[in-house]
Amino acid sequence: MAIETFEYDNKIVRNFGVATLVWGIVGMSYGLLAAFQLFLPELNLGIAQTTFSRIRPIHTNAVIFAFVGNGIFMGVYYSLQRLCKARMFSDTLSKIHFWGWQAIIVAAAFTLSHGFTAGKEYAELEWPIDIAITIIWVIFGWNMFGTIIKRRERHMYVAIWFYIATFVTVALLHLVNSFELPVTLLKSYPVYAGVQDALVQWWYGHNAVAFFLTTPYLGLMYYYLPKAANRPIFSYRLSIVHFWSLIFIYIWAGPHHLLYTSLPDWAQSLGTVFSLMLLAPSWGGMLNGLLTLRGAWDRVRDDPVLKFMVVAVTAYGMSTFEGPMLALKSVNAISHYTDWTIAHVHVGALGWNGFLTFGVLYWLIPRLYSTKLYSKKLAEYHFWIGFLGIIGYALPLYFAGITQSLMWKQFTPEGFLQYPNFLETVLQIVPMYLIRACSGTLFLSGALLGVYNLFKTAKQGTAIDNEKAEAPALEKNIVSDSPPKYKHRILERKPVLFLILVLIAVAIGGIIEIIPTYLIKSNVPTISNVKPYSPLELEGRDIYVAEGCYNCHSQMIRPFRSETERYGEFSKSGEFVYDHPFQWGSKRTGPDLHRIGGKYPDAWHYNHMINPSLMSPGSIMPPYPWLAEKTVDFEVTPAKIRAMQKLGVPYPKGFDQLAVEDMHRQADKIVAELKEAGISVDPKSQLIAMIAYLQRMGTDIKPKAETIVEGASE
Amino acid sequence: MEVVVILIFFSLIIAAGFLIAFILALRNGQFDDLVTPSMRMLFDNKKNGESKIKKTGEF
Repeated sequence: MAIETFEYDNKIVRNFGVATLVWGIVGMSYGLLAAFQLFLPELNLGIAQTTFSRIRPIHTNAVIFAFVGNGIFMGVYYSLQRLCKARMFSDTLSKIHFWGWQAIIVAAAFTLSHGFTAGKEYAELEWPIDIAITIIWVIFGWNMFGTIIKRRERHMYVAIWFYIATFVTVALLHLVNSFELPVTLLKSYPVYAGVQDALVQWWYGHNAVAFFLTTPYLGLMYYYLPKAANRPIFSYRLSIVHFWSLIFIYIWAGPHHLLYTSLPDWAQSLGTVFSLMLLAPSWGGMLNGLLTLRGAWDRVRDDPVLKFMVVAVTAYGMSTFEGPMLALKSVNAISHYTDWTIAHVHVGALGWNGFLTFGVLYWLIPRLYSTKLYSKKLAEYHFWIGFLGIIGYALPLYFAGITQSLMWKQFTPEGFLQYPNFLETVLQIVPMYLIRACSGTLFLSGALLGVYNLFKTAKQGTAIDNEKAEAPALEKNIVSDSPPKYKHRILERKPVLFLILVLIAVAIGGIIEIIPTYLIKSNVPTISNVKPYSPLELEGRDIYVAEGCYNCHSQMIRPFRSETERYGEFSKSGEFVYDHPFQWGSKRTGPDLHRIGGKYPDAWHYNHMINPSLMSPGSIMPPYPWLAEKTVDFEVTPAKIRAMQKLGVPYPKGFDQLAVEDMHRQADKIVAELKEAGISVDPKSQLIAMIAYLQRMGTDIKPKAETIVEGASE
Repeated sequence: MEVVVILIFFSLIIAAGFLIAFILALRNGQFDDLVTPSMRMLFDNKKNGESKIKKTGEF
């Protein structure tokens, strides 16, 4: 067996490491700005681009895809080379991957802040960026599989399995969920509508957590935790068992995001059952990580790297225990739409992803620069500040979530809502928002200490771009009857297997052709008086999406008495058949809007959008004065109508030509009504379209309600 | 709700793909040894001159 000499590519690892730090700080800062705006909305400085509803998606996208994303690539590119005893397959692919991903992040930040959004959480990016993500992701996979194929170590360590599962599943999730029909360069409509769109979105959303925030990081844990502790993983057998069980179960749990919504009951129950089953493999992974340190806990006391990792794994265990609990319908009835969810997510994000990333960075950067960590003491400070930040973040939000939920549900002995004014329940928890924002500041300060420490470490060392290594070449033909040199022959000798693979390949092709027609047919309304949006309402809806209203307002009234009393008739699935995309939301920072139509006069909405605290004193909703100044582009409307027709919305033939005329008619009516209240607005302004949409919402199935007199409680 | 069928279909494809991968890996002997891989990964064979390569780590 000849010993081969080769070099590991450390430069690409370093690049991804730097990107992780940079985007980490950016993403967390956006989060902090959003957190402060929850009690100081004027912190947006009156600018659309810095308003909560636009920066919250930037925050989530930045920390998930930029911070954690680059963290994944950093960790994978370092460990995969060593585990395979081979340099990355292609330096060019590595470079394209790196720069492509950074370009996507920049494009995402720009488009999201300017209101170009698909309006589906964690999948907000518009279609050209979706395509770019697909390409770069394939390049990543190509590079990874190329490396695996030319590896010099026959056994594939368990971390590699996690990386493979990540690549395959994220690719499929992204493709299925991003199926959209472009209208202009930066505007598209998803092919799915209403309930269907909701189900696809949360199938994606849940699995994005599973296969972007969990499996790759478990892979990293299986590599870096043993490395940092210099001990083998507690049980390699357990790692294999828990890997396969985790990936088989995770994919079915998505519907737990839609409990008590208009999703059919059986789908909800399926999601709950699989969510509960997930507890076993998740804790298998956590215990495997923690038990690796058995007999070495004294080292945790001295080593900040291990400290970070231990808290990360513990946070993983906590949030994967909490997750199944939140998926129970009785618990979800309380927790859904509240800050409890936000607390849950951040235990995972700050603890599991954040701390594991920093643990890996503190271990990795000194090695990439062949030096020691600049200051262990600073790292210890970072650990404790960050740790306090996590606790101080989660606890107040648990209080806030439960408090607010119980207030929403509280009835007086006479059977009336005890807190009929939604705002009262918000003001009750504002102090919790303050503590949360301060704790977030702590976490970010810790991260900044980390950046300084790692920067100093890099400065005192010398970067090794290419690390020399040697390993024997992999001997081919280990098992004589299946020569791995010709992989395809394995298939050729197994006709049944080959047949199955071909069937799958054909089925994918077929299904992609079938999906659109199939789905469009099913968009026939089950409720006969549910009609498509008028062109002006459609434009208003697009503005609602663009401004990110769904970040704080749901459009889904659950069948609880506390909700039907507060908002009106509960939501039916048939009401959403023309909603591309669905806008059910996942958090009620403000009240549900599904039955807002006809509840207030047009003038109320006008004044409320211009200055919310004028209509509801103390409101934390940001003002949207720019809606009155910016105009709707009437030129694009016919194209939007045609796109909707393609998606099966039954506008009459040739309606696109009449759309503009129809819009003027409806806008003039609203303008006339506003004039009576002494308000003059440009009929082409976005605000008029928005009012048209708000007044339409949820009115299809209710008798034309008399407009409630101004000043009535919400 | 027809989209459920599609999602189940894609989920089954993923599951089937993983199952095939599992069986292939099993037959390929990937999981025959459940002890040494966890130790082997701790040793990076750096080219330092003195440390010569041994297949299963140097204790």
